[in-house]
Amino acid sequence: MKNFNRIVTRELSVVFRSQSEFVYPLAFFIMVTSMFPLAVTPEPAQLAFIAPGVIWVAALLSLLLSLNAFYQSDFQDGSLEQMLLAGVSGSLIILAKAFANWIVTGLPLVLIAPIIGVLLNLELQANMIAMLALLIGTPSLCLIGAIGINLTVGLRNGGVLLTLLVLPLFIPILIFGASAVEAASIGKNYSGQLAILAAILILSLMLAPFAAAAAMKISID
Amino acid sequence: MGYFDSFNDFIHMGGHGFYVWLCYAIVFIGMVSQFVLAKLSAKKNIKLLSQYYRRAAARKKSQANNDS
Amino acid sequence: MWNWFFQLASPKWFYTIARKVTPWLSVLMYSLMLAGLVLGLIFSPADYQQGNTVRIMYIHIPAAYMSMMIYVIMAVAGAIGLVWRMKMAHIVSVSCASIGAMFTALALLTGAIWGKPTWGTYWVWDARLTSELILLFLYLGFMALHSAYDDKKAADKASAVLALVGVVNIPIIHFSVEWWNTLHQGATLSKLEKPSMDTSMLWPLLIMIVAFKLYFVVTLFHKIRGEILLREKQASWVKKLVADSKQ
Repeated sequence: MKNFNRIVTRELSVVFRSQSEFVYPLAFFIMVTSMFPLAVTPEPAQLAFIAPGVIWVAALLSLLLSLNAFYQSDFQDGSLEQMLLAGVSGSLIILAKAFANWIVTGLPLVLIAPIIGVLLNLELQANMIAMLALLIGTPSLCLIGAIGINLTVGLRNGGVLLTLLVLPLFIPILIFGASAVEAASIGKNYSGQLAILAAILILSLMLAPFAAAAAMKISID
Repeated sequence: MGYFDSFNDFIHMGGHGFYVWLCYAIVFIGMVSQFVLAKLSAKKNIKLLSQYYRRAAARKKSQANNDS
Repeated sequence: MWNWFFQLASPKWFYTIARKVTPWLSVLMYSLMLAGLVLGLIFSPADYQQGNTVRIMYIHIPAAYMSMMIYVIMAVAGAIGLVWRMKMAHIVSVSCASIGAMFTALALLTGAIWGKPTWGTYWVWDARLTSELILLFLYLGFMALHSAYDDKKAADKASAVLALVGVVNIPIIHFSVEWWNTLHQGATLSKLEKPSMDTSMLWPLLIMIVAFKLYFVVTLFHKIRGEILLREKQASWVKKLVADSKQ
């Protein structure tokens, strides 16, 4: 637990010193979602119809973008290797980094999502459910993304490869996340989708750190 | 013979010949090319290795000559 | 009891055995393939609803079945390689990938072509087609990751981890796609019903499945042999084998 706190505070302090990691994904999220009314239609009813999908796809992509900045420098300067040598368990490092990643990237997305929802003409309740679904879903994205980034971080052009590896694994979260918002917007019951998102979160909390830690060790060697 | 009355019937497949034969052709091409590539890889690699060994031996020899 | 396990782990032993059994398996594969094709294309009846397009089933279902089976084999072999650090297991796992990807692509293509006369369109976002498409993405990711590493050992381990993550995810992905599909099921699309199959159709299907399995094993053995030679190029038995084959 002490190690966990130390890693998290270290990550956060690094991030708040150089704010790009924090601002870029957020800006990306806002800009991508505002492209859709321009590309599809500004008609309010249609916007509300595509809004759940747009919000979720944009959230996936901006989280994917944030991963590289979050892990690469630690690989290159050897601080991950040092932590492992000092006897900190790999899965704990992953857990702490994924948590910090979520605080820095996932949480701002959750907080900004209602504004995007208003821009896309989502109703108040659907908007709140979108926020809730993102709150439950984005931590899983950070954890699964950690596996992908740790597999590709040592490679020369890992960026596109990361997308290729991770997006198929994001599909269940995308489906249930978007569907919860959609159900809420047409007044249907959405608790089932949220429960499944929570189950996925628990599962990824249990399994993803191990897989990502194994990947991290392979990349370091 | 079999289900069909004539060879023409067999090719025609009750109007669905195009779809059926296209599927079989695609699967045939895919499986045969995969198979041939796999089969050649062992042979190709033996050739590659014999070149590799010859080069390695030559390198060793020239090194030995340089040393003496 | 563990003796065979360790023998299996020796590339040399595997190479010789594979070389010996491949011809026999090939003969068996060719004859089953022929029998399945003759039974399926000529002797089996047409479906009362779908007509002769049902004959696509005899290659579509085996291909789809193989695409999933091979992914599991790939992941299990990768796991064995990770846990027991067994060279042979990694070779098996890596050699599986392109065959599996091919079967996945074939299943998708034949499914799409089959869809045109039955559903009236080449592609529907049907649960099975969609899952198969995602499976193809997983295969491509595996192959791309393996080729991205310069160091073979790291490549083996990294792709094994990815295959394991994939195999845990496949049921979840499949479940979610199925659920999503029933939610969005269009009213016009009547799903294919699965009546209990007549034996005249069941036999060719089963024979084709076995034939496809044999095809997989034979192709895999060829691939593995090629891979073993490259990886064991410093071993004396490979040097001897190469020297002998020259004469």
